Amino acid sequence: MKTVIAIGFQVVLLALLPPLLLGIINKTKAWFAGRRGPPLLQVYYDLLRLMKKNVVISSTTTWVFLAAPLVGVISVVLAGLMVPLGPTVAPVHFTGDLIMFAYLLALGRFFTTLAALDTGSSFEGMGVARELTFACFSEPALFLALLVLVKLSGVLSLSAMLLPESHVRIGSTASAALVLVAVSLFVVLLAETSRIPVDDPNTHLELTMIHEVMVLDNSGPLLGAQIYASAVKLMILAAFLLHVMLPLDPALVWRDRGIMLIGLVAVAGIIGSVESLMARLQLRFVPTLLVAACLLSGFGFLLIL
Amino acid sequence: MSIHRDMPALIAGRAIARQLISDLPLEDFQRAIVESVAEGWRVVSLFGSQDAGGTIRVYVVLADDCGSRLHVGSTALSNGEYPSLSSRCTQVHLFERELAEQCPVKVTGHPWLKPVRFQPPIFPRLHPGTVAAGRGSPSPGVMDFYQVEGREVHEVAVGPVHAGVIEPGHFRFQCLGERVFHLEISLGYQHRGVESALIGGPNRRSIHYAQTLCGDTTIGHTTAYCQVIEALAKCQKTARAQTIRAIALELERLANHVGDLGAMSGDVGFLPTASHCGRLRGEFLNMTATLCGSRFGRGLIGPGGVRFDLDVATVNSLLERLDLCGRQTRQAVELLWNASSVMARFEEIGVVSKAIAAELGLVGPAARACGLSRDARHDHPSGLFRFTHIPVSLWDSGDVFARAYIRWLEIQRSMDFIQTQLRSLPVGAISSAVGNLSPDHLAVAMVEGWRGEVCHVALTNATGQFERYKVTDPSFHNWSGLAMAVRGAEISDFPLCNKSFSLSYCGHDL
Repeated sequence: MKTVIAIGFQVVLLALLPPLLLGIINKTKAWFAGRRGPPLLQVYYDLLRLMKKNVVISSTTTWVFLAAPLVGVISVVLAGLMVPLGPTVAPVHFTGDLIMFAYLLALGRFFTTLAALDTGSSFEGMGVARELTFACFSEPALFLALLVLVKLSGVLSLSAMLLPESHVRIGSTASAALVLVAVSLFVVLLAETSRIPVDDPNTHLELTMIHEVMVLDNSGPLLGAQIYASAVKLMILAAFLLHVMLPLDPALVWRDRGIMLIGLVAVAGIIGSVESLMARLQLRFVPTLLVAACLLSGFGFLLIL
Repeated sequence: MSIHRDMPALIAGRAIARQLISDLPLEDFQRAIVESVAEGWRVVSLFGSQDAGGTIRVYVVLADDCGSRLHVGSTALSNGEYPSLSSRCTQVHLFERELAEQCPVKVTGHPWLKPVRFQPPIFPRLHPGTVAAGRGSPSPGVMDFYQVEGREVHEVAVGPVHAGVIEPGHFRFQCLGERVFHLEISLGYQHRGVESALIGGPNRRSIHYAQTLCGDTTIGHTTAYCQVIEALAKCQKTARAQTIRAIALELERLANHVGDLGAMSGDVGFLPTASHCGRLRGEFLNMTATLCGSRFGRGLIGPGGVRFDLDVATVNSLLERLDLCGRQTRQAVELLWNASSVMARFEEIGVVSKAIAAELGLVGPAARACGLSRDARHDHPSGLFRFTHIPVSLWDSGDVFARAYIRWLEIQRSMDFIQTQLRSLPVGAISSAVGNLSPDHLAVAMVEGWRGEVCHVALTNATGQFERYKVTDPSFHNWSGLAMAVRGAEISDFPLCNKSFSLSYCGHDL
């Protein structure tokens, strides 16, 4: 019974919560700007509206263009089923699932970039070039972070390594390593979910875009799927980050589920604050930031060797 | 002896009889332009006109900024051919393309002779075999663009529909990866034919054309238009009218500069300044609305003076609001200079060197950001600026930061100026009668709009009607500056550079 509740909680959270996080980010930004901002639930309204709309499809595109948003949503939701969203193990867990987790995220990106190239637009081509260049730097950062966790916990499954019973986090070197990993993961989170300082989700200027420009040709439900997929990605990466920072206690299931929820809201608030307090980086400095994230995780790994 | 020094001089906002304009042989005319520009003068306007006898004449207005004088010359084209000067004097390149398009003149030897606005010629064909370049052009933007060849070079076409749905313009980039080799800008989508429509005026429509030449520079263009009329009619304005005009001009500058600073910070994703400046721009526009009921100042200025007076209560309310908005603007803008992430995006981006700015003849804040001291309020003062001076704001780095910082300096100067003028508003009438225009005269008006120098030139015929009316918006000079600013830059910095110049499409396209 407990397992059923745990799985149900995780699935409901994964399905319903992500758009709220975007709403919280937007509210935070509005607060900093002295505006009232869109309603907290605006992203839900947008998604409902987009689901009702028709789709316009460029005549130069092929089936890849239609498949990409679907693959995007499915891959990111599957990845989400592997990250525990509370103090209980995730619905899907097996030895080596962390590799699958990383590559499910990569699969979504692969299809998004392929669909963008499919349109033949020069803007989208530039967006793809940028996205893939930056992915070359953010993926190693993610893997180095995973490596630290694997080394600390001695297991190869996300659920097992992220929940405290399986490994020991006591001791100052381990904590120091985890601090470095947390910072590194936060940078990866910002890059992967195209937030400032890496990308600007609100800009209308195609020449400066990374993620937004790749989905420029999507409309209606296809666009809704893209927005939803990036919201889910934001939530699972935020949950991942929270596990590294806050060891949850499986004995206090509901308290720690609450902590996880508050944590997710807090991460969204922090992302909103970062977006409000700093400008975007010039594109050529984005790799520098991501290399710094790799180095942080790498040093974390050195600390625990 | 240099020819250009012998050309008759006038000051901005005055008229000169046409027989006093030195009508030079073509070679002397062109030598005068090249030599004077080499000496540091500027080509303020260059255009063709056809007189009643059917002769095509090319007129030039040269500005001697140090001497605060304008020099006018003309040349008759006997065979309809005009050898291009662009390779010897870069700043005339767009004027010559315009000349080839508007008049039945064959411009020869121009390195890049293409349509400017894809407009039908203003003057009909005169000589058989000479065709204005615009004729027969299918539609704006349909032409060959400069292309860079190479395996990894790619072309990016942006527009004509702008992502922010503002005004249309087409930009063609030649890039290697993220780096821009060359940008070619093709405009003309907003061409309405204002210059042709003004011929035969002034009539009841003329002032409305002037007000809508460029929506965000309504005060600048309308003031220039009225100065031309007043110069031709020898009309004396009252001190009160001049003061209200100057206040309106500086309010226009405030609103646009504040709005631009907000838009620039929005382009780099820095939200606090973007939102606050966006709101404050509205506050300044509302002050203009308090003057005349229109946020953009339409209907405020008319030939002979202004049409709306200011009473004591309005003055006090304006002073109060200026004080409040001034403090809020300071808070919002100082966030920019203190945010290192913003400075990293502004500094050393989109640099235009002083030499290139001088060669292209840039004007306004874009020129002042390169260290060129050019300000029509200072160099060619008209109206109130003959009596009250605003210091010229200068910076020398020529980058996006410089163009932003110049705006902040000017915001502070304009704020002080408006407050001083409101406190010491002269008494008297706000308008004086305007008589008939002097026949066979040429008048030049120079107004420093917020974007730079607005120049209007009118030629009257024997009955005192406009035979030719030439408008030069600052954007006409500055678009080439933008193309040079992004050369070698990253393509993702283009929107920011574009915003830092903040040029007008409709002011260019007329």
